[in-house]
Amino acid sequence: MTLTTKAETLRPVPYVLRDKWQETADTWSMALEPAEAWLQADRGEPGQFNMLWAFGVGESAISISGPTHGTGPLVHTIRACGNVTRKLCAMKAGEVVGLRGPYGKPWPIESLKGRDLIIMAGGIGLAPLRPVVYHILANREDFGRVSLLYGARRPEDILFANELSGWRGRMELDVLITVDAADSSWFGNVGTVTRLVRRNPFEVDGAAALVCGPEIMMQYSAQTLLDAGMNQDSIWVSMERNMKCGVGLCGHCQVGPEFVCKTGPVYPLERIANLLATREM
Amino acid sequence: MSHDVFKADSKLPDRLLVALREQGYTTIGPTARDGAIVLDEIHASADLPVGLREDQEAGHYRLQARRDEAVFGHTVGPQSWKRYLFPPNHRLWAAKRSGGSFEIKPQHEADHRLAFIGVRPCELAALEIQDRVFFGEEHVDPHYAALRTRAFIVTVNCAEAAPTCFCGSMGTGPRAEDGYDLALTEILGRGRHEFLVEVGSERGATLLEALELKPAGKDALEAARKKAAELAGSMTRRVETDGLAEALMANLEHPHWAKTAERCLACANCTMVCPTCFCSTVEDVADLSGDHDERWRRWDSCFNSQHSYVHGGNMRPTIRSRYRQWLTHKFAGWIDQFGTSGCVGCGRCITWCPAAIDLTEELAALRGAVTT
Ligand SMILES: Cc1cc2nc3c(=O)[nH]c(=O)nc-3n(C[C@H](O)[C@H](O)[C@H](O)COP(=O)(O)OP(=O)(O)OC[C@H]3O[C@@H](n4cnc5c(N)ncnc54)[C@H](O)[C@@H]3O)c2cc1C
Ligand code: SF4
Ligand code: SF4
Ligand code: FES
Repeated sequence: MTLTTKAETLRPVPYVLRDKWQETADTWSMALEPAEAWLQADRGEPGQFNMLWAFGVGESAISISGPTHGTGPLVHTIRACGNVTRKLCAMKAGEVVGLRGPYGKPWPIESLKGRDLIIMAGGIGLAPLRPVVYHILANREDFGRVSLLYGARRPEDILFANELSGWRGRMELDVLITVDAADSSWFGNVGTVTRLVRRNPFEVDGAAALVCGPEIMMQYSAQTLLDAGMNQDSIWVSMERNMKCGVGLCGHCQVGPEFVCKTGPVYPLERIANLLATREM
Repeated sequence: MSHDVFKADSKLPDRLLVALREQGYTTIGPTARDGAIVLDEIHASADLPVGLREDQEAGHYRLQARRDEAVFGHTVGPQSWKRYLFPPNHRLWAAKRSGGSFEIKPQHEADHRLAFIGVRPCELAALEIQDRVFFGEEHVDPHYAALRTRAFIVTVNCAEAAPTCFCGSMGTGPRAEDGYDLALTEILGRGRHEFLVEVGSERGATLLEALELKPAGKDALEAARKKAAELAGSMTRRVETDGLAEALMANLEHPHWAKTAERCLACANCTMVCPTCFCSTVEDVADLSGDHDERWRRWDSCFNSQHSYVHGGNMRPTIRSRYRQWLTHKFAGWIDQFGTSGCVGCGRCITWCPAAIDLTEELAALRGAVTT
């Protein structure tokens, strides 16, 4: 049930900003609902993204960060870092946003049933992984032990902090957090997210890992997981590239033979490892 | 469909133009302007570059007079047909605010029909490559699709190649066997000035009916094929395509990339003149009231530093990495993405490179053993 016909995929459709809340100093989440009755939202799957449009400014690729099951509004979490994202984050409830999507290949969660999972995120990279957590929580018995390893720059940059402690408190997943730098008021881990792999002993056999963050973080994380004994075919990463069209047409998101918007953003590591390891691809 | 072949005298180009215009086509073809052969609307054969040839070499282009009255005695100028199907600047849609929401009006695709006169075999191959890009699985570009399916293609087979041409080794020329509505071969010499006309479609056949041309003998076609094969074999520039994609992807750290980068200006000329490059960017153009917004699509290039920009940096900050993107996309990535090389051997990027970088030389160096 896509909202647009094939030939119209470059035209956004109107969504109302129902609600908006601040996550960190520079990051907001927004709940969107179709602005018109005839629009039937395609909720997408965890790992997919939408192109969100601020009227008169432009579009940005933004991952779905809310639950993909159920019927609530579509949630996206946006870091204000440039023209479009700043404009989107400044919008008020009741205003209308343009949306087209969902695009891209999702995390392969259906195929991971029965396995232990390691979810590794850096910074805003937690946003596209949160729908995975929601899916797991809604189908908890389908998965084995689940560990969420999250790295943020500073304690105040930790995304979804309340939710993270809620998940930890309910013991439904192991939640380990680290920051790059902190003052003495922080009692948690300091250092890179890769260190959490060693702090969180896990059974390599049968485990799968989903990794999202800056490219360099994904490269080191993947290496750490491989060093710990995991296979390339059990690790998935989500690539971030400049995107203009989202449908394999504008050429901007290319990495080697891949159109990240179309064959990604989620890739099995074995498919992308060489490209990820080559500098300046 | 049968491959009918006809013979025509030197009035053919004018008669074709009249017939096409009578059918409502806007006729586009090569014409000499400002020292180059460019594409524009043409009304009569006098608009064509009669008696002209191009002197082309790496970083060099000049028009010269021919010793004969050949109408198609040139090869390819800086422009390619892509500018008509995938325009350099194109409005995708216009939006206006209305009652707290917005309305988007799609661009109404002009219903004019274009006839392309003088599409070289390599350019025909380029159109077929862009078809694979714009008639994508996920997205069909409506503008491209509308104009492309209506376009009438008159191919002109090449009798001479520029020194920069290497279609022979890319398998895209100098003769086209299909993909056109009509294909012309111009025959000059010993007081003769004629055309061989091959029919490639029903549309082509219908158009020719009115011209009442005489069928050509089988030997005429054989002679044309033989000449084309000789021409293909005589091209001095070549690309060895066997195993090229694998060699390039295995040599991503070859020291030669850095050598080329010292010469490359990252001016993006090569991607602008290339008939297959399809990169574009979009820009929102809002009016002062803030109530209207237009989405414009513009040609872009992997040589532009912003092409791979993400917050916090450019993925390909060096010219080395951008040149590598261009060449590996053309000769490797394209094959995975679209099942065809992204290069048709037209040589434009060689001619129009201000630093005279010749990709046939670069490819040979890059697939060679690593020498430092
Ligand atoms: C698949 C995918 C999912 C994403 N999900 C999220 C998300 O959930 N939340 C979030 O805050 N951000 C996300 N991003 C990043 C977001 O798209 C960029 O931050 C945004 O495009 C920046 O646009 P701007 O105009 O605000 O910034 P500017 O710096 O003004 O950007 C100029 C242009 O550069 C490009 N660009 C800049 N930064 C990025 C970037 N990091 N990634 C891709 N293109 C970029 C865009 O084409 C943009 O139009 C995602 C990116 C991708 C590719
Ligand atoms: S890469 Fe150069 S020779 Fe090949 S099609 Fe493009 S412009 Fe022509
Ligand atoms: S990435 Fe470069 S070589 Fe490939 S289509 Fe775009 S401009 Fe052309
Ligand atoms: S974003 Fe345009 S091709 Fe991928």
